[in-house]
Order: sequence, then C-alpha cells, then structure tokens
Amino acid sequence: MHREISPGNPNPNPNPNSPMPGFCYFLHALARIQQDVAPQRSPGKKGRRIRRAAYASMAVAAAPRRMAWSRALLRRLRRRSASPRRKTITVTRKKTRTERQEDELRRLVPGGRRMDLCSLLEETGDYLQCLAAQVSLMQWVARSISE
Amino acid sequence: MSSRRLRSRQSSSTRITEDQIIELVSKLQALLPESRIRGNDRVSASKVLQDTCNYIKSLHREVDDLSERLSQMLATTEMSSAQAAIIRNLLTQ
Repeated sequence: MHREISPGNPNPNPNPNSPMPGFCYFLHALARIQQDVAPQRSPGKKGRRIRRAAYASMAVAAAPRRMAWSRALLRRLRRRSASPRRKTITVTRKKTRTERQEDELRRLVPGGRRMDLCSLLEETGDYLQCLAAQVSLMQWVARSISE
Repeated sequence: MSSRRLRSRQSSSTRITEDQIIELVSKLQALLPESRIRGNDRVSASKVLQDTCNYIKSLHREVDDLSERLSQMLATTEMSSAQAAIIRNLLTQ
C-alpha cells in the first residue's frame, strides 16, 4: 500500500482509500484526557498522556497490517511499570560504523532488537511513515483548534 | 555501497541475500527527507542508517513537542469547541 509522506500535508489522512482508525482513536483519546476532571493533575502529566495516546493511535492504525513494531509498541504501552532491562555484558570485537548504526536503529524501532536485518529494514520503513503521518495528524489537530 | 558491512546476524541456514539488503536500504533511502534533495544518488548504507536514525529521533521529538502544545491548547479550550473546530475543518477538506 503506497502511503504518501509529506509532513506538511494538510489532509490528516494521506491515503483517502484507507479507513482512519488511528485518527478516530486519537480524537477519542484526546476527548477522554480532556474530560478527565481530576483537579490535581500536573500540567506535565496531560502532555505525557497525550504522547501515550499518540503512540497508541499509531500502533492501532498499523495493527491490521500485522507489523511487529506495532505489537511491540502496544506491549510496551500496556506495561504499567517500567521493567528493568536485563543488561548482559558481552565483550565483542570493535564494531564497524554501520554495525553501530544498526544497533541504534534497533533501539529506536519498537521490537527492533528481536528482528533479523531484513525485517528490521522493512519495519523501519513502515514505522517512519506512520510516525510522519501521526505528526501530520497532530499538527492538523493543533491548527484546527487554534483557528 | 558499503552494504557488505551490514552483516546479517543470521546463521547461514537462513541466508539473506545482499541484493535484498541493497533493495531494502534503497527503499528506506527514498523515505528520508534528504531524498528530496539528493534524488536517487547512491548513498552508503551506513549513511542511510544514520539519516534514518536521525529522522526517527526528530519525529519522536516532534511528537513530544506537539503533545505538550496540544495539552496547553486544551487547557484553555473547551473540548466541545475544539471538537467542533476539528469536525468543521474535516468537512471542508
């Protein structure tokens, strides 16, 4: 499925043929966050909740395509507490620049650590497009509210 | 292209061909904002990975900033009028 990426795209749904599960999810989440009338919420908390809603809506939108990054992201979001990372110290030979870049990419893409290289590259492409689309969506929402 | 350096961590029983890697890296390159400037010039795999990491990090930062902005905007707006504005904008696409 070809998805057009253009961060400046005013249309929140770059592919008009696809349903907008992420868009609706995100708006519902915003409404829920806004209606939450717990008075002592610190301002930073609301921003963090919106951020979680953004990543959740991305993962939900990608779920029909069965992307591994989407499953990994949803798992991470559902974990209430941060589980401590198992740190295994392994001595390896000095890595090449490309190998270090690959390591960094595995850290940045949800679930990246478990993937073989081909999958990592494919998943990265999809993750990039979804991230860019989510950013477009949030910019569009911000513009709509401020007008 | 230094794709030869992108060593697969697979055992030889599940070999990923170098051509597959080259193709995937070039698909990734096409998604990067730099590709609008560079066009289809061949770029090293290492550079593509670096640019990809930087792009992901900048998108993560944008999500953070926009979340913060939206939380501030919603603090000063009634949700009902925000929803009305959103729907109005959507219907006039």
